[in-house]
Amino acid sequence: MASTASSNSGDKALTPSGESFRVALVGNPNTGKSTLFNALAGMNVRTGNYPGVTIEKKVGRCDLGDASSTNTDHKRFVIDLIDLPGTYSLAPRSPDEMVAVEVLTGDLTNESPIDLVVCVMNATMLQRNLFLVSQVLELGKPTIIALNMIDTAEGRGIVIDTELLKKNIGATVVSISASRRSGIGELRRAMRHELENIEKAGAGKTERDRPLPEGFYEVCSELRQSLVKTACTTESLGRRDQSQSVLPDQYLIERLLLDRGGEAERRAVRQFGAAVLPSISSAREKLADLVGDPTDMECSARYSWAAKSLQGVVSTKKAMPRNATDWLDAILTHRVLGVVCFFAMMFTIFQCIYSFSSYPMQAIEYLTGLASDWVVSIVPPGMLRSLLVDGVIAGVGGVLIFLPQIALLFFFLALLEDCGYMARAAFLVDRVMTLFGLSGKSFLPMMSSFACAVPGVMATRVIENRRDRFATIMVAPLMSCSARLPVYLLMIGAFVPSTAYLGGWFSSQALVLMAMYLVGVVVAIPIAWLLKRTLLRGEVAPFVLELPEYKIPSASVLFSRVWEASKEFVVRAGTLIFAASILIWFAGFWPGDHSRQFSLERQIESETESFAEIVPDTEEASGTLIPSTLPPEAEAKAAQIEKLEAEHRNLSAALLENSVLGKIGHVIAPVVKPLGWDWRIGVGAVASFPAREVIISTLGTIYSLGGEVDEEDDSLIAAMRASTWPDGRPVFTVPVALSIMVFFALCAQCVSTLLVIKRETNSWFWPALSFTYMTVLAYVAALATYQVGSRFFS
Amino acid sequence: MTTLDQLLPGQTAQIVRIDGFDGIASRLREMGFVPGQSVQFLRSAPLGDPLKCAVQGGRVAVRSGEARRVFIEPTPPAKGS
Repeated sequence: MASTASSNSGDKALTPSGESFRVALVGNPNTGKSTLFNALAGMNVRTGNYPGVTIEKKVGRCDLGDASSTNTDHKRFVIDLIDLPGTYSLAPRSPDEMVAVEVLTGDLTNESPIDLVVCVMNATMLQRNLFLVSQVLELGKPTIIALNMIDTAEGRGIVIDTELLKKNIGATVVSISASRRSGIGELRRAMRHELENIEKAGAGKTERDRPLPEGFYEVCSELRQSLVKTACTTESLGRRDQSQSVLPDQYLIERLLLDRGGEAERRAVRQFGAAVLPSISSAREKLADLVGDPTDMECSARYSWAAKSLQGVVSTKKAMPRNATDWLDAILTHRVLGVVCFFAMMFTIFQCIYSFSSYPMQAIEYLTGLASDWVVSIVPPGMLRSLLVDGVIAGVGGVLIFLPQIALLFFFLALLEDCGYMARAAFLVDRVMTLFGLSGKSFLPMMSSFACAVPGVMATRVIENRRDRFATIMVAPLMSCSARLPVYLLMIGAFVPSTAYLGGWFSSQALVLMAMYLVGVVVAIPIAWLLKRTLLRGEVAPFVLELPEYKIPSASVLFSRVWEASKEFVVRAGTLIFAASILIWFAGFWPGDHSRQFSLERQIESETESFAEIVPDTEEASGTLIPSTLPPEAEAKAAQIEKLEAEHRNLSAALLENSVLGKIGHVIAPVVKPLGWDWRIGVGAVASFPAREVIISTLGTIYSLGGEVDEEDDSLIAAMRASTWPDGRPVFTVPVALSIMVFFALCAQCVSTLLVIKRETNSWFWPALSFTYMTVLAYVAALATYQVGSRFFS
Repeated sequence: MTTLDQLLPGQTAQIVRIDGFDGIASRLREMGFVPGQSVQFLRSAPLGDPLKCAVQGGRVAVRSGEARRVFIEPTPPAKGS
């Protein structure tokens, strides 16, 4: 891609075609691949998505040091290191898995082919890891085996003869320990050496011993010929050369033969039409006659190749000691103790997220306040100031405030995953989750969503089955996130009486709060169940989960996970929240003549200044604090400021009512009337589309207070209590408060969540569905709450 | 011959064959469930499912539905354990 253009300066080693070298990192899950990636690329990482799929594209820049001294022109070896998702096999069964294979074969459009493959192996599980290695070697690319966790293997008395292994499999083998950063220099040198060879000799297919029976390769080339024929007859008669280049890589033709109903087959049908199916099935029949069933043949051939390659390579010096992993598992997956530990751990994590994040959150709030004070001090009242303060700072600051929670949550998720507990948590809860069509792997994303749905949706990446993953993404936003809490607190504080039950152990306010948290969970169960029977119906996803050895988490992996998640959150959601905030601000601002409002603001400011001159030690600028000891002139000033502010409030409210947002409010008033809401609450609900908390500042604005109110503000509560319908009945009653809370518990009023769903599903359909079903659900539930509640309470 | 889900905790067996050629069967094969290998049933999750097994030096959790597709020949318990 063009992203490598920056390296096209003369002092770097380049491929013959003039681009930087591309090295792919592949390996089984739990081989320490991420740790190695961090060791090689450091912080120099770009992440994105491959088009059309949900696979994260992770590319790091990696400097392999000065080229060897034989090279006179002192080239630097800066390469692109592509991290592919951990996989047990290169047999693509889904478009997502196909992308990883196509990156390796070079069939992906818009991506240059890979020059070198580094395959990471877990030194304690050589035989199973060699299954993938045998497939990687068949790609015919220059390959280096990074034998990771060599220290763990040595600790268990496993001695590996790497020279012999190298000879047996025909690829360079380097022993490393990514977590201890040992052997990394050697690996860099080996990579550089291979790439220098390519630079000199040019790229070409590396010939190696082929692991599968010869008969297979014969059938394969026959299938290739018949594909060429089909391609010629279907599209470009006679243009044989062109159709030859249209053919996929040899490896994908092998997959076409081996994987019944696999992605290679679907891809071939899409490319050449259904006409290829008969030739594929006849090739498979022929193969079955020659060497037996293709799938079984591949497995046994690769495993016997692995066994042959390992002959004489591994020797165990001492008897295997009692394994710490089995010992820990005896506790952590125990019938009783395991469940206790599980809940204790989850509780601790949530407690930490809530308590540790409060200080940085206050700091961000403080900084936001400083920024807006600073703007107020240098920008005169007017449209620009309003845009900056009410639009940009209020909008973006309101989102940034969740950054500490997101960083902490990702820290804990990475911690659990890297130490090996995540797989145990999935193991423990799988049975419960299958009851409503999800799997054990859905648990942690849903749990994360109680803090914030954005990292929750991002955490679904651990679920490799697409249908399970999408079902989880659809229900995760129903979990009561921290943005709903301010809404609950405001409504409960204002309208739910604090009756105590059972000697003060339970208060009705706490019970209502708990009920709000339960609403989401209770609703999520049937929704997930329904989705798995309709839109996401299909064969039950396999639950075959490796339970890796427990290990000390790697600091670099933890740090980079937190860093990447935070960066993504700030940059991606930040830019879009920014745009949305401006839009909402504009809708609340336009049309309307704001000149009187601005001149009032100027007046208030100058009056406040002169007030401060009279009473220098008064920091309170709002004029609500009038100590009786004030001199009479100051008292008069304060009274005048009060008057001006009251006029400003009323004017602001009038302007808002006549703005686009206010007009929308009046249009939707009849829609929200059955919920017990007046137009102001309706506007609040619409305005809070970017984020739920916005309803509080919107209600504040509407209730003539200006935008600066929070859930503790007694005067907002007072204004809400005093608010009436035109006929004098109070707007807010207990059923109305409950109906607002239920609405906000279930609605999808969060642009960041919808955008992250768009990004993770790579389609607008899923965020649209989320928004629709949650809004409908929220409306119906709020309607039922109000209608039932108002009968019950009257 | 029986299936993997029928083993008792701690019991070891020899894999005879894997039923089927779909994605689940392929996944089992890739994870090391191949004929000729030995497999040990370690323990089940608190609610009885999934099952934790040891195969090819690694630990793998499978649901009993998947375990039913792994046909095995139990080996007599090892001496001295």
